[in-house]
Amino acid sequence: MIDDNRFRTQRPHADKIQMVNLPEPKVYHLSNGIPVFFIRSGEQELVKIDFNFDAGSYFEPQPLVAHFTNKCMREGTSSFNSKQIAESLDFYGAYLKVFTSRDDAQLTLFCLDKHLDNILPILHEVIFRPVFPEDEVETIVKKSLQQHLVNLKKVSFLSRQIFPSVIYGKTHPYGKYAKPDDYADIPRQLLQDFYETSYKSSSFRIIISGNPVSDPIEKLNRFFGRHKIEKSKTLKYSAEILPKSQREHFVKSEGTLQSAVRIGHAIFNKKHPDFLKLQVVNTILGGYFGSRLMKNIREDKGFTYGIGSALVSFQHGGMFFIASELGNAVTGQAITEIYKEIEKLRVSYVEDEELELVKNYILGNLLRSADGPFALSELLKAVLDYDLDMGFYNEFIRIVKEISREEVLNIARLHLDPNSMYQLVVGDDLST
Amino acid sequence: MIDYHKFTLGNGLRVVVHLDKSTPLVSMNVLYMVGARDESPDRTGFAHLFEHLMFGGSANVPVFDQPLEMVGGENNAFTTNDLTNYYLTVPWQNIETGFWIESDRMYQLAITEKSLGIQRDVVVEEFKQTHLNQPYGDVWLLMRPLAYKAHPYMWSTIGKEPSHIENATISDVIKFYKKFYNPNNAVLVLSGNIELNRAKELSEKWFGNIKNQGVVSRDLPVEPVQKEPRTLEVVRNVPQDAVYMAWHMCKRNSPEYHAMDLISDILGSGNSSRLYSELVMKRKMFSELTAYITGSIDEGLFVIAGKLNPGVKIPESREAIADQINKIKLVEVGERELQKVKNRIEASHIFSQTNITEKAMNLAFYEILGDAGLVNQEVEKYMAVSEKDIKNTASRFLNDDNSSLLIYKSTQTD
Repeated sequence: MIDDNRFRTQRPHADKIQMVNLPEPKVYHLSNGIPVFFIRSGEQELVKIDFNFDAGSYFEPQPLVAHFTNKCMREGTSSFNSKQIAESLDFYGAYLKVFTSRDDAQLTLFCLDKHLDNILPILHEVIFRPVFPEDEVETIVKKSLQQHLVNLKKVSFLSRQIFPSVIYGKTHPYGKYAKPDDYADIPRQLLQDFYETSYKSSSFRIIISGNPVSDPIEKLNRFFGRHKIEKSKTLKYSAEILPKSQREHFVKSEGTLQSAVRIGHAIFNKKHPDFLKLQVVNTILGGYFGSRLMKNIREDKGFTYGIGSALVSFQHGGMFFIASELGNAVTGQAITEIYKEIEKLRVSYVEDEELELVKNYILGNLLRSADGPFALSELLKAVLDYDLDMGFYNEFIRIVKEISREEVLNIARLHLDPNSMYQLVVGDDLST
Repeated sequence: MIDYHKFTLGNGLRVVVHLDKSTPLVSMNVLYMVGARDESPDRTGFAHLFEHLMFGGSANVPVFDQPLEMVGGENNAFTTNDLTNYYLTVPWQNIETGFWIESDRMYQLAITEKSLGIQRDVVVEEFKQTHLNQPYGDVWLLMRPLAYKAHPYMWSTIGKEPSHIENATISDVIKFYKKFYNPNNAVLVLSGNIELNRAKELSEKWFGNIKNQGVVSRDLPVEPVQKEPRTLEVVRNVPQDAVYMAWHMCKRNSPEYHAMDLISDILGSGNSSRLYSELVMKRKMFSELTAYITGSIDEGLFVIAGKLNPGVKIPESREAIADQINKIKLVEVGERELQKVKNRIEASHIFSQTNITEKAMNLAFYEILGDAGLVNQEVEKYMAVSEKDIKNTASRFLNDDNSSLLIYKSTQTD
C-alpha cells in the first residue's frame, strides 16, 4: 500500500457555482377565477397541493380562532364525520397538513397521483362544507390546551411566543399571543363564523407541484371551480406598533437549567429594496453553521448547543432576531458577546474570504432549497404571498454575486442598530 | 426503485453509487458502524461526543466546514444507538471537495485538548437542551434502563448522565477513533448527479490508501428474556400525568419486524389509528397517544406513549390501552384496515425517494443491514404480512411479562 499522502494537502479545484434556472409556474384559472400555479417537477408520480387563504391570526376576532378554524375543518363535513375523513386519507396514504400563520392559513395535501381521484372529493368537503361539530371541536381545543401547558414549560417556546409582543406590543396583531385562558372560550359557532367570512366566499390560491400523470387542472376545476367566489375583502385593522419602552426584558421560568435569549427588532418585509442585502448580512452574522455567532458562542466558548439569527417577513412588517438557549451561568457573558458581534459588523469590513464563502454558501443553499419536486412550490409560495414572482430569486442571486464589503457595512449600520433592539431572557435567576 | 452500483475498495470501504441526473447536487453519506451500543457503561454518550469532534478539523483540513461552505456545500451528522452518520450535499461540480474533507477526517483526525474541552461543554448544553431542560425530556433516560438489563441499549445516545461526557479524556478519544473510524467499518454512499466512473475514480483517489485497521469485533451482551412486568413511577414538575409502555421485540433483520411495524401503525399512527380515534377522540382519555417501534438493529422496543387528560386516573388509562392490546392479539385485523397501513407504508416509501440525501441515507443503512438492495425489497416485505401474521406476532410479543411501564406523575395532579 502506498503511504504517500502529500496529495491531501492540495485543496481540490472548485468551479464557480452554476445556478439553475428556476422555472416560472404555469398559471391557470378555474372557472370561478381561482388561480392555480402548476410546477411540474420530479420523477415519482406524486402531487402536493397547497390551498392558501387570507385567514391568519391577523384577521381573527379573538385569539386562537384562526388556528382552530383551520385545524377543525377536517373534523366533520356535511357528508363525512371526523373518523371517515381520517380513515379515507390514511387509507390512500395521503397526508393533509394544516397550518395557520399570522397572515394566512394553509391546507396542504401530499398524495400519490394514483389516489388523487379518491382524495379530491374529501378535500372538497373539508374546504367547502365543514360543519365544526361541537364534540370534536371541544376535544381538539382541550387537547391543544394540554399541549400548550406542556409548551409553557419550555424556555424556547416562551421566548418565541413573548418576543413579538415585546417588539410589536401586546395589542398589535403580530404581537398578541394565546394564553391558557383563551382556550376556555372557543365555541364552535365562532369557528363557523370565521370560516364563513375568511374561507367560504373568499378568494384563495392553489399551488400544485409534482409529477401527475393525468391533467390535474381539469380535476381541480371539477371540485374547486364551481364554487362562487365573492370579491375578497380587505379587512382594515388599526395596527399601530406599540413596543414596550423598556429594552431589556426578563421572564422568570422556575427551575430551568438554560435561558432562552432573543435579541432583535421589527423590520421591513421582503418587498423592501434592502431586504436581500440584509439577508446576506444576516447570513454572515448567524445564518449558517459557520456564522460569526456560532463560531464565537458555540465553537469558541462552548456556551450553547446552537445559536442563529433570522429575518422573518410578514405582510405588514417583519422581524430580525437572534435566538439561542444558553447555560444559566454563561447567559450574561453570551449576551455581551452577541452585542459585540453585531457591533463588529457595523465598524469593520467583512474579510474578502469570509464574504466569498458566505456568497457561495447562499448560492449553494438556494440550489438545495430548489431541489426536489416539492421544494420549488415552497419557494413559489414564499414569493406569491408578497405578489412577487420567481424573478425574486434571480434578483437574490444577482445581489449575492455583486454585494461588496462596503455595502455589507452600510446595511449593517442602517438596519442592525443595537440601540434599537429589544432583549428578552426567559430563564431562572441569572445571578446564579 | 432506487438503481445503484456497489463496489468495495482494497481497504474494505464499501461504496454505493446512485445516479440521479435530475438534480444539480450530489449527496455524500459516510456511515460508520459505531453507536452508543459500542460504548463502555462508564463512558456513555461517547459516540455522540465523538461525532462532534469529527468537525474539529483533520490533518489537512484545519476547519472542517469552511472549504465545503466555500464551494456551496453544507453538512451535518447524527448518532444513534447503532451508528454514526455523516452527510453533505454540494453542487455536483464541486463534489471532490466533499471527498477531500470526508476522507481526510477518516485518514487522520486532528484531536486537540481545546476542541475536546469546547465540545464537552457544547454536548453538556445539548444534554440540558434536549433532555434535562424539557418537560418529559428524561423519559428515555428512565425507560431504557428499565427495559434493558444487559444490552447497552440501556442508555441513550446522549449518555446516562452529563458527568460521563465531562470526564471524557483525550486518550479515550484516540482509542475510539482507532478502533471504529476505519474504512472497513464504514459505508460511503453517493447519490445525485455523479456518474459511476467519476465516483470510482474519486473514491479510489481519496479513500483508497487509508489503512485498514483490522476487523471490529462486536460481542455485545445479550438481553435475557424478561420474565415479569416491570414498573417505575416518577414524579416531575410537568402539567400532565403520562404513561410509557415498552415491550421487547425482534431484531431489525428478523422476519417479524415488518408485522410489528404494521401493528404499531394500526394502533397508533395517523388520525384513524385505533388508539387515536378510540382513546383520544372518542373516549377523550388522552391528549396524545401514539405507538411506534424503535427500529434498532438489535432487539428493539415496541412503545406506546400517552399523556392523560385532566381527571383521568392512571389505572383506567392502562386498562384502556390493555384492551386495545388484547383486541389486536385476539381478533384478526380486517382486510381494509391492514391494507390501509400498507398503503401508508407504500406512500411514505415513494415520498422518501424524492430527496437525494434521504436516498443516500437509506442505501447506507440497508448496506449495513446486509445489502443496499434491501431498500428495494422493503415494501414487498410489508405487503406480504397477513391478517394472521398481525395477530400471531402481537400475541408473541405484546405480553405483560415482556413489558415495562413508566408512570410519569405530575406534581400538579393528585
